[in-house]
Amino acid sequence: MNEFILVRVVVKIMVPFILLFALYVQMHGDYGPGGGFQAGVVFATGIIVYTIVFGIRRAVEAVPMSAVMGMVCCGLILYAGTGFATMALGGEYLNYSVLDSADPAHGQHVGIIIIELGVGITVAGVLTAVFLVFAERRARR
Amino acid sequence: MTDEFSIFGLVLLLIVLALAVVRLTSLLAVAILAGAMSFILAAVYTLLDAVDVAFTEAVVGAGISLALMLAAISLTTREEAPWRRRPAERILALLVSLVSGAGLLYATLDMPLLGDPTAPATLHVAARYIAESPASTGVPNMVTAILASYRGFDTLGEVAVIFTAGVGVIALLRHWREDRA
Repeated sequence: MNEFILVRVVVKIMVPFILLFALYVQMHGDYGPGGGFQAGVVFATGIIVYTIVFGIRRAVEAVPMSAVMGMVCCGLILYAGTGFATMALGGEYLNYSVLDSADPAHGQHVGIIIIELGVGITVAGVLTAVFLVFAERRARR
Repeated sequence: MTDEFSIFGLVLLLIVLALAVVRLTSLLAVAILAGAMSFILAAVYTLLDAVDVAFTEAVVGAGISLALMLAAISLTTREEAPWRRRPAERILALLVSLVSGAGLLYATLDMPLLGDPTAPATLHVAARYIAESPASTGVPNMVTAILASYRGFDTLGEVAVIFTAGVGVIALLRHWREDRA
């Protein structure tokens, strides 16, 4: 789709805002609708739109496959690791209250933000990776 | 009342789109219509005040799954292969769908009405979530508080499922030469 200048220019302007919106949904999930899952999907959509318009070559220059694979793993490790951290602090697995000994509700809030981040990173990584392997296969034909 | 009329109209539109999806043979058109169906569903969820579900339906159904379907179609063909069934098969298929459809309709008779305050789902733990979650988690969006804290194990399991599915697809489709693309 690289030959359509209108599409190219519009996408070039839109992609940063899509990624920014994803970060907003991620960080605002505790106040408004949305959360890690939706943010991850929106973030992946931004990268996918870029890939569709500019091609897989330029897309993997911006987001190398190894980085995407790292995201796939890191998110889940962050989530599961939070559970072990709360255990180390003396609580049950995934009991975030112990993250702030003075104010359990604040500890819960912090825990929720951390695990939502884990969800978002894994979801963004998985969806980007799935699209990139599809596009890679097509580019090789 | 206007909400109920809008939902009724949107559901009618969904049925029309579903029939179109069944009849069409262009895979591209089918994928796009499926995305449109997701958008209508998202509107229905918004009218039902389920904004988190609506958001998910919009980004997943109309956004990412459409993109992935288009990617899959670009690896195959754009047209469904013509495939004629024998009359006996058609009658059997009609019978199966009529019986299962009637069964589903019969099952809905047992379901509580929309927004029924005495429905089991609203009487069980929901009252406790509504009473306690803002104070005990410090998170105003109860959906987030329930998913991430009260049901943290479920969500961890869901992320593990997404992780496993993603790793499976990547292992199947990726050419394991090093990144030279």
